[in-house]
Amino acid sequence: MSGTPSTILIRGGRVLDPGRGLDTVGDVLIRNGRVVAAGPAQTGRADLVIQAAGLVVCPGFVDLHTHLREPGLEHKETIATGTLAAARGGFTTVCAMPNTEPAADTRSVVEFVLRRAAEAGHVRVLPVGAVTKGRAGRELAELGELAEAGAVAFSDDGSPVADAGLMRRALEYASAFGLPVSDHCETPELARGGVMHEGWVATRLGLRGQPAAAEESMVARDLQLAELTGARVHIAHVSTAGAVELIRRAKERGVPVTAEVTPHHLTLTHEAVAWGPDGADGPLRYDTNARVNPPLRSRADVEACVQGLRDGTIDAVATDHAPHALVDKQVEFDLAAPGISNLETALAQVLTLVHAGLLDLPALVERLTAGPVRAWGLDRWVEGLGTLREGAPADVTVFDPDEEWTVDPTAFASKGRNTPLAGVRLRGRVVATVAGGRLVYAAERVGT
Amino acid sequence: MAERREAGTATVQPRLEHPQAAEGWRHRHVLDLDDFTPEEIRLVLDTADAMKEVLARDVPRVPTLRGCTVATLFYEASTRTRASFELAAKVLGADVINVSASGSSVEKGESLVDTVRTLQAIGVDALVMRHGMSGAPYLAAAHAACAVVNAGDGWHAHPTQALLDLYTMRSRLGDLRGRKVVIVGDITHSRVARSGLWGLTALGAEVVVVGPPTLLPAGLGRPNPEQEAGLPPVRVETDLDRALPGADVVMALRLQLERQQGGYLPSLREYARRYQVNAERLALARPGALVMHPGPMNEGVEIAPDVAHGLQSVVEEQVANGVAVRMAVLYLLLRGTA
Repeated sequence: MSGTPSTILIRGGRVLDPGRGLDTVGDVLIRNGRVVAAGPAQTGRADLVIQAAGLVVCPGFVDLHTHLREPGLEHKETIATGTLAAARGGFTTVCAMPNTEPAADTRSVVEFVLRRAAEAGHVRVLPVGAVTKGRAGRELAELGELAEAGAVAFSDDGSPVADAGLMRRALEYASAFGLPVSDHCETPELARGGVMHEGWVATRLGLRGQPAAAEESMVARDLQLAELTGARVHIAHVSTAGAVELIRRAKERGVPVTAEVTPHHLTLTHEAVAWGPDGADGPLRYDTNARVNPPLRSRADVEACVQGLRDGTIDAVATDHAPHALVDKQVEFDLAAPGISNLETALAQVLTLVHAGLLDLPALVERLTAGPVRAWGLDRWVEGLGTLREGAPADVTVFDPDEEWTVDPTAFASKGRNTPLAGVRLRGRVVATVAGGRLVYAAERVGT
Repeated sequence: MAERREAGTATVQPRLEHPQAAEGWRHRHVLDLDDFTPEEIRLVLDTADAMKEVLARDVPRVPTLRGCTVATLFYEASTRTRASFELAAKVLGADVINVSASGSSVEKGESLVDTVRTLQAIGVDALVMRHGMSGAPYLAAAHAACAVVNAGDGWHAHPTQALLDLYTMRSRLGDLRGRKVVIVGDITHSRVARSGLWGLTALGAEVVVVGPPTLLPAGLGRPNPEQEAGLPPVRVETDLDRALPGADVVMALRLQLERQQGGYLPSLREYARRYQVNAERLALARPGALVMHPGPMNEGVEIAPDVAHGLQSVVEEQVANGVAVRMAVLYLLLRGTA
């Protein structure tokens, strides 16, 4: 968006700021990149007024799990395109995963990501550093250097830290910087070669499955290691009922664990691989756009993830936005790259839970804002992040919870058009996104 | 050896010299039997009867598919399936192109979709495809205007093998309703079993699959709260001796010898002891029960040599029937009303 109005007034919306328990109809006033007031009606001059009657106005969403692909995989996504997709999806802060080429396992790569984000980014980028050198799972990366360079967490995402002894050391070492280790839990010996969830759909399709136990056994291990070390562990993309239950029990006994779940694991089952998002019947699709790691699971797993999100066992909705090029997906299912381009559909996907009465709207917004910030302690770097309190960064998302639209991947800002939702009608859409006081996205109806 | 049976079933007798549409055919592709109605399966089998008559002629050639081009695209080694399709197409007068993954652009890294487009561009009407990865023919079908016939994909499906097995059983036993069929072996990795289960259950057979628990796929034979009809309704058994009484057909599956290294089995010896179809076990089945095997056989492992070549074995008949069944499939796809 060109031009940077110094004062923006968002008028007459339902102002939802779960971090402060605020839920009221009112205004949000922004000046010089900061929130001046949120809630009470405002008068006075503004460079830009966004009429928000009937809309929800809330802190910009914070994504703990975004693959921006730069450096090295720019044919899939760049920091510019990925952060524009984030802006369109209402995300004003994205945590960039380190599985780039080269991996973000050195200071120079982390600094590169931050520099590119400053040059070309549409929203705030917080880098995640690799746990091990080259994400190879053998030696610790220089976590201290990465922390100094600006890493907000560590992860070998895409792969687990399979060696339990190394994971223990990583947790201990990272705790010196107060940073969490986010683990992609997948026990290799159980998951090996599995391209979807092990269950009746995999049997139907003749595809190798990975059992829920592949995830759960490593979640259990990580929880024990967090308990042993007292260090913070974060469970990335929880997808099974058993994992939710393990985390719930661990939290009850005070283990320092946080967790996230993706929009797709909250809304789609393994049936989507065979028959698309509506499941059930018809010709088999072998939809490579529904191939994702961890895989889409059973209906009971989806229900447990929703329950975990509702009761706070799971702290955050994180997109695991994983853009891929057509050539990565238009291949045999076994050869297809796992991942879903998610930033631009995430809100509407999770709003289906609200529309179905499974989650209330303030709780959902909390899991997209204050929840992730608290999970990783991100307000340590950006004071007030994830809230609309006075002086907080002017990151604001305005959305219409009821607007219906049809997913058209060719219209994505992301280079990744890999979504199993192409052609699907969704309800709920971002209308405007303000990041750092700049209007980074506005739907046509805003008419600015 | 033309056969006529199943009173009450409409007999389809294509006038092969003068191609005409077959009634009741709606498939553009043959990818698996899970989307076949019992009537459609019977249509293929009845059509195969007519094809057997052609094969029995002095000069087994008809011009039915003259001007059509059939390509076989095999990413995996195959003897009987490929030869059988090639002969089937030639008997019907079609031109045949054989493409192997080795020695073609596939070896140079061409994607499946591009290979399919290339074959289509040179005018292929039917693509017969074998691939080591499940679902590959579905990808081809999604990008092809021509008919695609699945000649085996990964662990998933092998519909023409299932059809020739059904044909062989029907020619020996008549109506399969209520007949007990025991399939023993590596069910998890068997595309033959998967397609067979759909076909057999559609025709009303009672099916029992038997194998060690490590080689039985997830969910099969269990209640499915997500989709009752998601998998074919079969009984699962781990003890072959308990499964055999009353069996009309005993089908042994090929055991890939690498399953032992894969940790699925302690040893081939133990597998043979527990699951080999041998004379002693066969005696538990109904007298005269058919012995079947999709080949190639590991004699002495999943099947004892004397049983494999014994009086009850119809293994060679299966292979012979394969040509007629594949003729029927090609005929229906290229001349049926789709």
